[in-house]
Amino acid sequence: MQKTFNMEEYILIFRHPDGKKVASPEQIQAWMKQTMDWIGGIAAQNKFSSGTGLVFENAKVVSHKSVENIVTDGPFGDIKETIGGFIIVKADSVEEAVGFAKGCPVLQGEGNSVEVRKIARRDGLH
Amino acid sequence: MQADKLIPHLFRSEYSKIVSVLCRHYGLEQVEQAEDIASETFLSAAQSWALNGVPENPTAWLYTVAKNKTKNYLRRNNLFENKIAPELKKALEAIDEPGIDLSPENINDSQLQMMFALCHPTISVDAQISLSLRILCGFGIEEIADAFLTNKETINKRLFRAKEKLREEKIRVEMPGASEIEQRLAAVLRTIYLLFSEGYYSLSNDVTLRKDLCFEAMRLCNILVENKTTDLPEVNALLSLMCFHASRFDARMDINGELILYDQQDETLWDQELIARGAWFFHHAAGGDQISKYHLEAGIAWCHTQKTNSKEKWEQILQLYNQLLQLEYSPVAALNRTYALSRAHGKKEAIEEAEKLNLANNHFYFLLLGELYSDMDTAKARQHFEKALALAKTQTDKQTIEKKMDRLMRG
Repeated sequence: MQKTFNMEEYILIFRHPDGKKVASPEQIQAWMKQTMDWIGGIAAQNKFSSGTGLVFENAKVVSHKSVENIVTDGPFGDIKETIGGFIIVKADSVEEAVGFAKGCPVLQGEGNSVEVRKIARRDGLH
Repeated sequence: MQADKLIPHLFRSEYSKIVSVLCRHYGLEQVEQAEDIASETFLSAAQSWALNGVPENPTAWLYTVAKNKTKNYLRRNNLFENKIAPELKKALEAIDEPGIDLSPENINDSQLQMMFALCHPTISVDAQISLSLRILCGFGIEEIADAFLTNKETINKRLFRAKEKLREEKIRVEMPGASEIEQRLAAVLRTIYLLFSEGYYSLSNDVTLRKDLCFEAMRLCNILVENKTTDLPEVNALLSLMCFHASRFDARMDINGELILYDQQDETLWDQELIARGAWFFHHAAGGDQISKYHLEAGIAWCHTQKTNSKEKWEQILQLYNQLLQLEYSPVAALNRTYALSRAHGKKEAIEEAEKLNLANNHFYFLLLGELYSDMDTAKARQHFEKALALAKTQTDKQTIEKKMDRLMRG
């Protein structure tokens, strides 16, 4: 039987240095396919929880009140990087989650990175 | 048709109709009485038709006899008479004209409502399937036992407990309310799907029985499609999935009931009419804004009705499995996805992915690995086939693996 007990959930966040870069439809399609294969591989191990891409169009950033324009179109301008999407996986350890992240097609893009963070359990300890 | 052939045929279709109509009228707590009345009706038919020949309209004959038997039952049922003793006169009128409606519309509605009643969430899934086989599909206890590879006592006990549960929970033969219907329909679809799988993948050697299970599942799903409230995209997707699978029924088994693998099937035996029907329901499944697992599985099954081995086809199958696994994990889907990956991206990549699957108790897992290594590393392939053979439980599975090993050694 598969071990599903004692598993933690980790979020893998896709980070891009510049959300304004426009990819060609062909590039986007190829990237989508690779991403689907990557996620499919994780799901085939029964380690996929959930996930979604994020749309850049109409994105807004709400800033601290001291900044004049509280809501900006964006994200991007001053901010060094932006988030393109995320998935949540089940893993026995952070190392396993990092192993999944290493296969993420986002990493083929220069300057891109995947942030791995454990999801806090609602047990009052985290 | 001769009486001795006609009766089992009619039993399959009419038993469930009589029981459903009676239960809708008198309540599910009377299910055993309803079953008795239906069984006795067929007993009378067997006796009378053998002596006097088959009547002109056998179904109408059955309905008339069933109605009369119901009247007799009500007459001699003391409990019933005591209960309504103060209103005896009225009751006697009720007995004379119990108002049992065996019109096609009422039969359809009754069967539909019965499906929802029997697939009530308080009943265990195993029991739902056994009850459905018995009451909705008119299967005998022995046939159900055969399908589940168990004995009659087990099935009798299971049915008895399930009927008790129906009584305890006071489950009624009616359509669930609009707010509930989606959730309740999910349970009905799951039972139909399991019923179909039971037939399609059953370990029983009785080919006719297996086919009957599949076609009964399709008949029940068809009742849902024909009803406005339940003619939903997901229901159409399930029916289309079953049509696509069933189209290969005759091609996937040889005369001895042995499984013929997809690659070796004679595609001229694929039932094109069922494929076309499947496509029609698939088209109707396209409405709505949700992709269910039935949609994805129907898509995969459709791909398999195309005998090409193009990379594009396997790429499409791979993507559908990617989505399916995100919706719902199952070892079978994980293994099939890896096979599709090998056809779309090559065996090397598939082996890497296969080794991550963590299914070391599953003989299909080693069968897949053996298959993937076959053209690359004969010794490794052999090792995996041997592990598969050690884990396989049924004779059919063992034979399939042995055949593969033979082919491997002959090169």
